[in-house]
Amino acid sequence: MKDETAPARPASIANVEFKAALLLGLFVALLLGTVLYLLYARGSFEATQQLVLTADDSEGVRVGMDLGFAGFPIGRVRRIELAPDGAARIVIEVPLRDAHWLRESSVFILLRNIVGSASLKAYSGVLTDPPLPDGAQRKVLVGDTSAELPLLVSNARALMQNLTQLSASDSPLAASLRNVQTLTEKLNQPRGAAGVLLGDGAEARKLASALDRVNQLLARLDGMAGRADAQVLGPAGLVHESRATVQQLNALLGDARNTLKRVDGVLAEAQAVATNARVATTDLGALRSEVDATVRKVEQLVDEVNRKWPFARESELKLK
Amino acid sequence: MVHLTAVLIVMALSPSSYRAQHRQALARQIYLGTAQSLLWFTVLSTLISLVVIRIVVVTAQSYGLSQYALEMVVRVLVLELIPLAAALFAALRCSIPQATEVAALRTGGAWDQAVSQGANPLHAEVLPRVVAGVFVSLLLAAVSCVVTLVVAYLSTYGYTTAGFSAYTRTVGHVFSPAVSLIFGLKTLFFSVTVALMPIAAVLDAAPRRRANTSVELQGLVRMFLVLVLIEIGSLVGNYY
Repeated sequence: MKDETAPARPASIANVEFKAALLLGLFVALLLGTVLYLLYARGSFEATQQLVLTADDSEGVRVGMDLGFAGFPIGRVRRIELAPDGAARIVIEVPLRDAHWLRESSVFILLRNIVGSASLKAYSGVLTDPPLPDGAQRKVLVGDTSAELPLLVSNARALMQNLTQLSASDSPLAASLRNVQTLTEKLNQPRGAAGVLLGDGAEARKLASALDRVNQLLARLDGMAGRADAQVLGPAGLVHESRATVQQLNALLGDARNTLKRVDGVLAEAQAVATNARVATTDLGALRSEVDATVRKVEQLVDEVNRKWPFARESELKLK
Repeated sequence: MVHLTAVLIVMALSPSSYRAQHRQALARQIYLGTAQSLLWFTVLSTLISLVVIRIVVVTAQSYGLSQYALEMVVRVLVLELIPLAAALFAALRCSIPQATEVAALRTGGAWDQAVSQGANPLHAEVLPRVVAGVFVSLLLAAVSCVVTLVVAYLSTYGYTTAGFSAYTRTVGHVFSPAVSLIFGLKTLFFSVTVALMPIAAVLDAAPRRRANTSVELQGLVRMFLVLVLIEIGSLVGNYY
């Protein structure tokens, strides 16, 4: 009798080996593709240059961490090691295509936040500086928010202590406030600020006396000013006489102006005479040259006559 | 069971097991195991991934931690959930039914008949099923991981290639050499576990005329226990 639980022989499947090979091929392709993609994602196919950052403390730094520049990752921490001098050496690999963002003057900062992981950042202020060479070693500046908290608390505590001391009843500030209160009370008294400044003794009396004398002096000065006003601005005052003098001066100036006009006429005539004299002088020059020529001709004629017979004379001189 | 597992592993690793006379059965088991699981599991894992990715991204954005969302998605889904889900799915759809078939062979007398004819049923019936179970689990994990990575990218950046560089960098961050090694080993151990343990549990028990439910349940419990141990080991390796 046949067993009911025995499985039936399976029906054959067409091209089952081919289909299985296709599935194997799919698996191998997925595996290879994933491996290649992960190698690419890890930067295995990129040419890189090395940058070494040194810090006193590498806390928060981990392998694989990014080096950021302007919010973009441009490098990756490959190794963290302890240098012989006790400093932490953070070895970073920067792809060559991103290396031009790092310059000789670049600054590197390790930021440790209260929330979230630490981050490495690079700042290049002058992008025209020479590029950072391969294997360059730089000091990393540490900005540690959590490390600043104890300092902040300490400062706050010191501030609170100072405030407590200031607000204590025997503190200098309280004494000053008491003095201010006394001062305002004195200011509200009848003598007011004068009482504050000079007190109630002999000095205050001297001040009152001086004020009386100043008042008397001011009254005398007022009288003097009235008299001076009359002398200067009155009917026979200085200003009135000055006005008359100015009028006389104006008349004198008018006369002087007329005289000068006449002098101008005389000068014009003299100028005309001088012009005529210059022309006459020119004509005299021409006449003189003509007379000179005529005299020379006459002289030549006389000499010619003298050389002719019977007027010839022995003009030779003989020494005896 | 340990001895039986070791024998099956040795048989799976020996080239003689893949000669022509066994190849047909092996191809048949691989095809049957994969064809009925691949499409459904891919659709299911895509939907679950989409929901989980959306939840993580939206939650991270609401807390202002969106820069960590993608890394968290890759770590939680690809590294942890997908391999475990793939292994469990392979166990439910492939390995456990195959173990039931083997149990039926033994209870039906076909096993003894083959032994009496001088054939080795381990080679002819068990090994193809074990290899198919391993392959199904690995293929499901590979396909769903790739699909999840693509879905994570599309959910975060949309249909653009602008975020590919940043996304690749994030994936590179997550898959450090140590994490990649642990991920690969974990997926492999999951596959071997779900393929071997149900069948080994059936073979280890004495053959009975009727199907022995308690033996299959014991095998399942052991399989889950080993899966949990592997997962714990991978978590310890990744995060401690």
